[in-house]
Amino acid sequence: MIAMNDMLWIMPAAPFAGFLVLALAGSRLPRKWIAAVGAGSVGLSMFAALFAGCSFMSAPPGMHAYVQVLRTWIDVAGFSPKIAFYLDPLSVIMVLVMTVVGFLIHLYSAGFMRDDEGYARFFAYMNLFVGSMLTLVLAEDLLLLYLGWEGVGLCSYLLIGFWYKDEVNGYAARKAFVVTRVGDTAFAIGLFLLYSNLGTLQIQELMYRAGQQWAPGSVLAVAAAALLLGGAVGKSAQLPLQTWLPDAMAGPTPVSALIHAATMVTAGVYLIARTHVLFTLAPAVQAAVAVIGAATLLLAGFSALVQSDLKRVLAYSTISQIGYMFLALGVGAWSAAIFHFMTHAFFKALLFLGAGMVIISLHEEHNMFKMGGLRTQLPLVYRTFVIGALSLSALPLLTAGFYSKDLILWEVWSSKSGGPLLWAAGLAGALLTSLYSFRMVFITFFGEAKTKAGGKPGMSMSVPVVILAVLSVAGGFVEVPVHFFTGFLAPAFPPVQSANKAAGEIILQIIAGIVSVSGIVLAWFLFLRSPHYDKTLSQSGFGSLVHRLWFAGWGFDRLYDVLIIKPFLWAAKVNRDDFIDLIYLGVVWTSAGINRFLTFTQSGKVRWYVTGVAIGAIVILGIVVLL
Amino acid sequence: MTAVPVEHGLILAGALFVLGMLGVLVRRSIIFMLLSVEIMLNAAGVAFVVAGSRWQQPDGQVMFIFILAVAAAEVSVGLALAIRMYHKLKTLDTNAAGRMKG
Repeated sequence: MIAMNDMLWIMPAAPFAGFLVLALAGSRLPRKWIAAVGAGSVGLSMFAALFAGCSFMSAPPGMHAYVQVLRTWIDVAGFSPKIAFYLDPLSVIMVLVMTVVGFLIHLYSAGFMRDDEGYARFFAYMNLFVGSMLTLVLAEDLLLLYLGWEGVGLCSYLLIGFWYKDEVNGYAARKAFVVTRVGDTAFAIGLFLLYSNLGTLQIQELMYRAGQQWAPGSVLAVAAAALLLGGAVGKSAQLPLQTWLPDAMAGPTPVSALIHAATMVTAGVYLIARTHVLFTLAPAVQAAVAVIGAATLLLAGFSALVQSDLKRVLAYSTISQIGYMFLALGVGAWSAAIFHFMTHAFFKALLFLGAGMVIISLHEEHNMFKMGGLRTQLPLVYRTFVIGALSLSALPLLTAGFYSKDLILWEVWSSKSGGPLLWAAGLAGALLTSLYSFRMVFITFFGEAKTKAGGKPGMSMSVPVVILAVLSVAGGFVEVPVHFFTGFLAPAFPPVQSANKAAGEIILQIIAGIVSVSGIVLAWFLFLRSPHYDKTLSQSGFGSLVHRLWFAGWGFDRLYDVLIIKPFLWAAKVNRDDFIDLIYLGVVWTSAGINRFLTFTQSGKVRWYVTGVAIGAIVILGIVVLL
Repeated sequence: MTAVPVEHGLILAGALFVLGMLGVLVRRSIIFMLLSVEIMLNAAGVAFVVAGSRWQQPDGQVMFIFILAVAAAEVSVGLALAIRMYHKLKTLDTNAAGRMKG
């Protein structure tokens, strides 16, 4: 049997190879081959990941981690980051989810993008993305992690603006890139700080030295954790950098499913979980993580409640669900956050792929209010979509979403750094979640048909969706009833600091279940049975104000427009003609003036020229004679 | 036979040159301008010949023959241009040929 140690590089290398083939020869390959290379390379890395996962579980290595050092990347003045991959329980989970979901979405894309002229370009970008993402989660060194981090950011930019001929898409892509760049800059400064103080960027060594050298709550630890948090907030679209994600829906739907729901946006969660030692050393920052998560999940939940674009509902829902993960990270429930990451990847990818099938069969119609009645027209999409929505709204006992969300809520309640307030926020978010999920389901699939669906999705689209639907239900049973998931992750994380409010998990579960179900019932009442309540509410004076505020995502776009973009553009405009520019403008003006004078002398009259020659000769003679 | 003083010769050359130049400057007809240029060339030739006889050197006369050759070439080109100009503009007035302005 091949040693696991030497297999790790295959996971990121296979998609990178696929990217190279498609980028160099993609335009000359037939479509079947493009799909085969694109999906096949991800499939290969999925098999490598499954193999790695199985051998990891059957024979856990010493120290609970495999390390494969490929080579030294840079070696200068004692700074020698390595290209090395690190596989511990955390990265096993991440890699498995990413490759499985990634492979399914690639399969789906083969059908979804069938008629697009940029077929090869699409798969090239997607492969590059998967490769970068796997580099990110497998990196043993923060510098390599940062490379993957920027790589996925680049792919996100390229794929949001995939249909670049429409100017709006290009704007959305630039917005996503610039906003995440704000976080990335903080992250980079954090890396400088860590290296200059601890002298290494190797994650495990770094965590060890941080624990040794920095006292809990010391200034450096707080600063480092806060800077890393900045990066995580940007990438994971949390407050205050969440504005880019709803606009990122301009990309093709499989992109939204893979990058902007299942994988890339959770990179921030992974980063915090990976460097959890730092956050434990900085309790203030960790508390900030929880507060940011709670605030984001509520704000995004309200916004999701009033959107009319199907994909924007899902985008706000993604922001909100990542808010849950942040909330869990903030109270030290590391495993719960990763568990929710996994179930969220399943059901949110499922919902996006379902939305993609709806949109494509209604000829690019995004507006939910023009859909309706699709239950009978697209039965398969309807069934899987409802499973996804049930999982998202955490229907008790059956769905994966319930087990992960319930675990988060329980640990938020019982953790030392949590408490009833954060728990209440999470619970309110749960009500919002099931409300907006089933508002979406009822408006899209029930009621009277407003647009006729054309064409049924093919096999390559149906199969991944069905598999994801199964995972969205079954994914929860890796934790309940045997605690396999958290047990598997236990070596990677310290246990939750419980405040010994041991009693009452069952009671809290029942409360959460009731809230979830009542959200669904409320949605049925408000949006299906008697929609006039919703109408009168949103048309009343105060109601319409709130509606507009929520619809615009609490006005953050406008706020940033006024606070940052306008002043910046103003300053740029004012500084157009500053002192330095005047020097160069002076050169321009002088030569333009001389040019005007000289064109005046070219009169076209021969006798003027002769006069000029004569006067010149006289002047020169005069000079010669007089001097 | 007494030699002409060199000053007289040079004054004659200078007067011819100035007359020729005035002719180029004031006449508008291209034919007269070409004639005036010829006069200026010959003024230079006279100056060379006078200087050659002053120093008893053949170089002055060599230069004059050279100037004759240059003048012949110049006239052939100049007259050809004048004919083209007349064909094009139906006039010999140089002011009419001002289209290269600016």
